[in-house]
Amino acid sequence: MIRLVSPRTLRKLGILGMNRRNVGFIGRCNVRRNYRLVDDKLLTKHAALDRGVPTPELYGVVEYQFEINDIVEELAQRESFVIKPVQGSGGKGILVITGRDGDHFVKSSGAVIDADALRRHTSNILAGLYSLGGRNDQAMIEALLDFDPVMAPYSHEGVPDIRVIVYRGVPVMAMIRCATHASDGKANLHQGAVGVGIDIGSGCPVAAVQQGRLVTHHPDTGARFTELKIPRWQEILELAAGCAEMCGLGYLGADIVLDRKRGPMLLELNARPGLSIQVANQEGLIGRLHRADEIADRCDTDAERIAAAREAFSVENMVPLAEQAAALS
Amino acid sequence: MIASKLKIGLVAAFLIVFGLGLTLYKAGRLGLPLLPGESREVWTIESKISFKPSSGPVEVDLKMPQALGGWVLLDEHFASSGFGFSVDDEAGRREARWTRQDLERPTTLYYKIQSYRANVDSLPDYPVQLDSKPRMQADQLTAMERLVELLREKSTGPETLARLLIQDLNRSEPDADTAFLIDSYAGSLQELMLHVMTFAEIPAHLVRGIRLEDGRRRQTLSAMLEIYDGDRWVLLDPVSGEVGLPDDFFVWQRGPGTVLRVMGARDSRLEFALVSNNVPAKTVVSMEQQSEQFALLDFSIYALPVEQQGIFKGLLLIPVATFMVVLLRLIIGVKTSGTFMPVLIALAFLQTTLWVGLAIFLVIVGVGLWIRSWLSHLNLLLVARVSAVIIVVILLMATMAIIAYKLGLDQALTVTFFPIIILAWTVERMSILWEEEGGHEVLIQGGGSLLVAVLAYLVMSIPLVAHLTFNFPELLFSLLGVVLLLGKYTGYRLSELYRFREMVKPQ
Repeated sequence: MIRLVSPRTLRKLGILGMNRRNVGFIGRCNVRRNYRLVDDKLLTKHAALDRGVPTPELYGVVEYQFEINDIVEELAQRESFVIKPVQGSGGKGILVITGRDGDHFVKSSGAVIDADALRRHTSNILAGLYSLGGRNDQAMIEALLDFDPVMAPYSHEGVPDIRVIVYRGVPVMAMIRCATHASDGKANLHQGAVGVGIDIGSGCPVAAVQQGRLVTHHPDTGARFTELKIPRWQEILELAAGCAEMCGLGYLGADIVLDRKRGPMLLELNARPGLSIQVANQEGLIGRLHRADEIADRCDTDAERIAAAREAFSVENMVPLAEQAAALS
Repeated sequence: MIASKLKIGLVAAFLIVFGLGLTLYKAGRLGLPLLPGESREVWTIESKISFKPSSGPVEVDLKMPQALGGWVLLDEHFASSGFGFSVDDEAGRREARWTRQDLERPTTLYYKIQSYRANVDSLPDYPVQLDSKPRMQADQLTAMERLVELLREKSTGPETLARLLIQDLNRSEPDADTAFLIDSYAGSLQELMLHVMTFAEIPAHLVRGIRLEDGRRRQTLSAMLEIYDGDRWVLLDPVSGEVGLPDDFFVWQRGPGTVLRVMGARDSRLEFALVSNNVPAKTVVSMEQQSEQFALLDFSIYALPVEQQGIFKGLLLIPVATFMVVLLRLIIGVKTSGTFMPVLIALAFLQTTLWVGLAIFLVIVGVGLWIRSWLSHLNLLLVARVSAVIIVVILLMATMAIIAYKLGLDQALTVTFFPIIILAWTVERMSILWEEEGGHEVLIQGGGSLLVAVLAYLVMSIPLVAHLTFNFPELLFSLLGVVLLLGKYTGYRLSELYRFREMVKPQ
């Protein structure tokens, strides 16, 4: 017999479910016409550039199949880069080249591919293989981030990014997604990446979970999560909160990467951020969203909202959800 | 937020009450039963008379059906645009007559009836009369005499003689005399049979009628042979030789005479479209009694032409299937590949039956995935690749149908009911899913889709559901209301109770 949690327990813990997220938050706060700005990464980038929000450098955009050969020749000059679909979803179709091996390209996983594979991948992107609804797409080529060495031990074959949920301009919850060998270098919690909940107040880890289980070390690099302290936390929160106004969405997930030299940079925005962040933080979202409502009602500027959020969502001592649930019954 | 919730609640409540109210009204006042219960098989027979213009005035005479053997006509309807129309009664036999001064383009006239078999009667009495012997050429005459002689020797009476004759004529290699006769009658076996009977001095005539087959579009008149056995009339199937009036035979004309006579036009054809509905016994009775008072019934699906009725039978089930998808996705949280793909698969299952359908689906998608994995090495553009997959899927379907047919597995021929494009996209999506997320996710989503499809199929094949959707289409309003409410459901999904289970488990 499969043991299930009772809906009552989940409700008391304030866990946000998919239906409630869709109807109560995404449907209510996110205006349809503003989706374009986040679903189209090129538009996101332009909007970010207009507002002076730092993003990875754009090397080029491929719109038509005939441009592929030229662009691959151009890429032969570059040491490292990232190719991604402009309208991709869920991290699909992102190809990260970290280095060169003669004429060949080295992927982040260490696998070596040739120029043909690069052409094929780009062609698939243009045909809409990785895009929402399978419609034709463009491919964008960006600079590979030189991520901050502080983060390096916490990611295996991938870029650790910081996901901040911003509700009505208030940063509500944050986590780092660390790729593992099990997740094949992808920062996707479903596939076995480690989610590390980050305290909004301090930028220190709250808890780390892999496949729903609490962990203390990165399974591949062995780094202890408790030793992690994210630098420039205030800047990260400012960047995330600024995105809310930039894209006009009331409920969004901002994916941010820490660059060694340039500091926090916006990677992409997400109008439908996932729910696993609650597991990584060992806390439900609903309570925080209600408090964020109060904060949003009384504060006028980003600075005030961030200050209020850092105070309100600071966790001194995290109580694992299991214990919270046990206390309930 | 509150306002929108209230609005939706009100709209949904109105829709639900409206649908249920109309249903209850129809059930209570008009006597349409809510449960399938005892029902009558009512056949709607649509006769299409088509012809091409020649010169001069056109006159079309159609003998109307006699409907012998316990059949009762419920309703008839004529469509005669631009034609003069009258119904004449000639010696107890009604005849419809369409007339027109001139005709420019090919035309089709319609005559629709609804009928059901109230009692299983045998055919009534018929005057016994022996036709005069037909004129024949000398060699035909000798062959005929020899054949009749032979039949007489082998038979015990008129009935056995007729059956022997039918056997002889339908044999794949008939003897010399028979073969010669068939040849000289230019394949018109029925006429030959009548002549042989006359020669053998047995009173005989043809009974023309329609073989009833649900969903048939272009059925034509067929004939049975009726002979007088000395004390009673015996009806024989001119192919199998079976005796008696078959259940699926609707008698149009008994005895000699043409059913359709067209003057002033050429290439005339008489074809029938057939649909059967299980109509509750009580409804049939009230239709018989008060068909003109039935304003609401007039606006029901039954008022549509036959072919559309057949289509709506299927269409009206689709909302039920989509409702299942909504339930399973929003309340249970089953992952499917493509939102409404399971509905289309379930519709295919309705045609193929469940197990055959499942087997066909799994084989096609399995082999399709295997071939698709090879295609992915070829570096094709997406549209070309999906087209290639479509072609592969069609080839697979053809191969399956041929192999199954050779093996005698007729059920597998229903493979054609699967929506090809949907199957091809399923293969394509699954294959990408496999490359991106691994086989595990393919199993989850593929299994989820199949589960939803199977459940939708099971619900659609409940007789009560088919009965309700067809007889009470206004229930769709209620369904719409429930779907609107579900669209505002913010509770947890069953899958989330499992997903977050690990979170609260003591570690």
